[in-house]
Amino acid sequence: MSNDSSSELEVAGAHEIEHALRRSDTDPRAAQRAERQVAIMFVGSVLASILFVVAFVSVKSTAVVDLPLIGRIGLQNLTLGVASGLGLFLIGAGAIHWARKLMSDEEIVDERKSFASDDETREAVVESFHTGVEESGVMKRPLIRRTLLAAMALMPIPAIVMLRDLGPLPETKARETLWRKGSRIVTDISYRPIKPEDIPLGGLVAGALPADLKKVEEEEGNLNQRAKAAIILVRMAPDEIRSQQIQDGDFQGILAFSKICTHLGCPIALYEQRTKHLLCPCHQSTFDLADDGNVIFGPSARRLPQLAIEVDKEGYLVAKEGFQEPVGPSFWERG
Amino acid sequence: MSTTQRAVATTTTWVDDRTGAGKWLKKNLRKVFPDHWSFMLGEIALYSFILCLLTGVYLTLFFNPSMKEVVYNGSYAPLNGIKMTQAYESTLRVSFDVRGGLLVRQVHHWAALLFVAAVSVHMLRVFFTGAFRKPRELNWVIGVGLMTLAILEGFAGYSLPDDLLSGTGLRIAQGIVLAIPLVGSYVSSFLFGGEFPGTDFIPRLYSIHILLIPGILLGMLTAHLLLVWYQKHTQFPGPGRTNKNVVGFPLFPVYVAKAGGFFFIVSGIITLIAAMFTINPIWLYGPYVPDQVTAGSQPDWYIGWLDGAVRVIPNWETVLFGYNISWNILLPALIIPGIMFTLLALYPWIEAKATGDKREHHLLDRPRNAPTRTGLGAMGLTFYVLMWISGGNDLIAQAFSWSINSITWTIRVLLIVLPPLVFVITRRTCLGLQRRDRDKLLHGRETGIIKRMPSGEYLEVHAPVSSATRAKLVASRESDYAPIEAPPAVDANGVKAPKKGRLGVKLSNFYFANRVIPPTDEEIAEGQHHAADDLETVRPSGQITSGH
Repeated sequence: MSNDSSSELEVAGAHEIEHALRRSDTDPRAAQRAERQVAIMFVGSVLASILFVVAFVSVKSTAVVDLPLIGRIGLQNLTLGVASGLGLFLIGAGAIHWARKLMSDEEIVDERKSFASDDETREAVVESFHTGVEESGVMKRPLIRRTLLAAMALMPIPAIVMLRDLGPLPETKARETLWRKGSRIVTDISYRPIKPEDIPLGGLVAGALPADLKKVEEEEGNLNQRAKAAIILVRMAPDEIRSQQIQDGDFQGILAFSKICTHLGCPIALYEQRTKHLLCPCHQSTFDLADDGNVIFGPSARRLPQLAIEVDKEGYLVAKEGFQEPVGPSFWERG
Repeated sequence: MSTTQRAVATTTTWVDDRTGAGKWLKKNLRKVFPDHWSFMLGEIALYSFILCLLTGVYLTLFFNPSMKEVVYNGSYAPLNGIKMTQAYESTLRVSFDVRGGLLVRQVHHWAALLFVAAVSVHMLRVFFTGAFRKPRELNWVIGVGLMTLAILEGFAGYSLPDDLLSGTGLRIAQGIVLAIPLVGSYVSSFLFGGEFPGTDFIPRLYSIHILLIPGILLGMLTAHLLLVWYQKHTQFPGPGRTNKNVVGFPLFPVYVAKAGGFFFIVSGIITLIAAMFTINPIWLYGPYVPDQVTAGSQPDWYIGWLDGAVRVIPNWETVLFGYNISWNILLPALIIPGIMFTLLALYPWIEAKATGDKREHHLLDRPRNAPTRTGLGAMGLTFYVLMWISGGNDLIAQAFSWSINSITWTIRVLLIVLPPLVFVITRRTCLGLQRRDRDKLLHGRETGIIKRMPSGEYLEVHAPVSSATRAKLVASRESDYAPIEAPPAVDANGVKAPKKGRLGVKLSNFYFANRVIPPTDEEIAEGQHHAADDLETVRPSGQITSGH
């Protein structure tokens, strides 16, 4: 054994490529067996494709089957999937088995030729380029060069300007919600107005909205107002409230806060009654509702805005005024 | 000439007369590709992408990318009478009222998950084996671009059905857009056609998902494969394999069967998975409503690290002259990923700067033979995995009843401490393995035979390694390169060395710290001579032969 290659880059080169014979190379019966195995897989694929058509026309979409480990799943999806999956898999398995057992497994060698061009060619390229530059006169005629650059620089402007009509300017919409003085608070699914006695001590209304939202949504045909106006209500003993953003913003210990996380806008709903903490399910920002709605943990940098509430003449909870700060995530102009 | 041969000849002549393809075919029909299991990772990526394209076309026949609200009235009884967008409604329809529709949806989703996974692991393979070195730097950059687009494409697809989970993901994405300094509110308003969620975004995202990104992906993928073809595939060191050849099997018939067959295997396995395992059961989440959310909401796996970064960051925000800079969002969602992907794309040039190596490399490194690179890769991977784990902090808290605050704090500390530690340990391990390889080459392998010397001393007999092992081990010379020497501070004429180039020297010293120099042929020969002496004395007993 020797390695006398002088080139640094051919260190591994002098060894023979090893090649061991397979059983199918030496024993014709083994080769025949492999041939049969490949054919069986291809026939299996044929059968699977036929099975697919049978399942397609005969298995009801409502049929359900209980499988060990997997659980209850739809029979139609299962049969169609297993049939087409096997139909594909068996073609692949057969082809690879064929290649491994019966096609030549003797490694062959290709030389790598450098794809870099020789110096002469490279010089010729540079030469041609210079000739082109010379013939165009682009270096000699700065007027053409500069005006072309100016034209090319301004050419994308129409494309950018056209993007302007993708949407309206943001204006101050991020600072406005539907809440204003006297807005009645209703539950988020049944739109039922809420009385203070509906909320027991320690209780939570996980989703509430202004009463006029339903009408506005029908007019606007979108959910934009809901994405800003959603609030939650919690009730605690008045002496448990250590601090609140708006003086007397509560009604007999009932506090209203924006439901939209000040981090990235997820609706917040996980309330821990004992600690008065509210946790966002998306990124776990935690707010202390007994203390200004301040952030006590997590990535959010801002407290949850409070909505001051009172009751109207009929005894239903209403907003005392609109939100005093923007709800939802921070934005550049927020301040 | 048999009938078949004549038919082939006729066809070839017909095609060649019109295209001149003969020359190309002559050269490429028997083109050699090297074999290694890790070369299949890129193939898996390619095949799952093709599967996504095929199933995606089918899904477009049924999906209606509209945010117009309708009341559901279909086969899935629990949602009957509920208001939802047409996007969600048509996704329900393809899942429940189109035979095989659910299967195609699930194949599409599983294939997408596998696509990003295969791209990622393929990229790790290319990194740790140094396949990105000259002349393949450009293909590495294309690869980084493909990976970025794959993640974006996946997220776009995930967001289209307008179910509660995908809508929540979009809400978060919109929050991130809002945090962009100066233009955030405007970009958001233009993207969404006004306020969030509006009614424009899903149709817009749809054309991005089915046309724009797949178009770019397809173009870049073609360039990626053409370069692999043209530059020829790299190979691992082994007997007969040099930097100047490529050893393997011919394209026709072996790789036509193997690679073609592998496409069917990948497709078949994904289809079988989709037949048995539900993915993204949007009917359970319900339609998106911006004031509803489910606890434990998780994105697809490839977004997990970004989500985790957003979770783990402290709540830093600066208000300057009445303007907000939300570091708590900008850093994890845009700045850190931006830096990570830029470093990744530039890595071939960073390493070349450190090694000063301008040679072409077609033989792959064993990871141990590039200890600093392997250490850096392990470090980056640790950082990524920690962020990814952080993305599941709520699930971990629930599963083990741990405090979510403690988990978050632990990950914050680990993110700073663990990656450098992993770097040091990995590099030391690689250096240790390299020393062992060097030892094996010089002194042979341990035979387990103990010889007693006339002096009464006991020795273990070493035998030279097999030629295959030797070929593998001496390949470490391939990646070895001397560190860049610093010029003398003051040269013979009293001129101070320029400051330029010092960074390169520093980088080089860092890269080659504790370098293990591979033995030369002379050193190996000497070592083996020594081992052979040992053997000579043992051989009379007939216990061992060296095989040479």
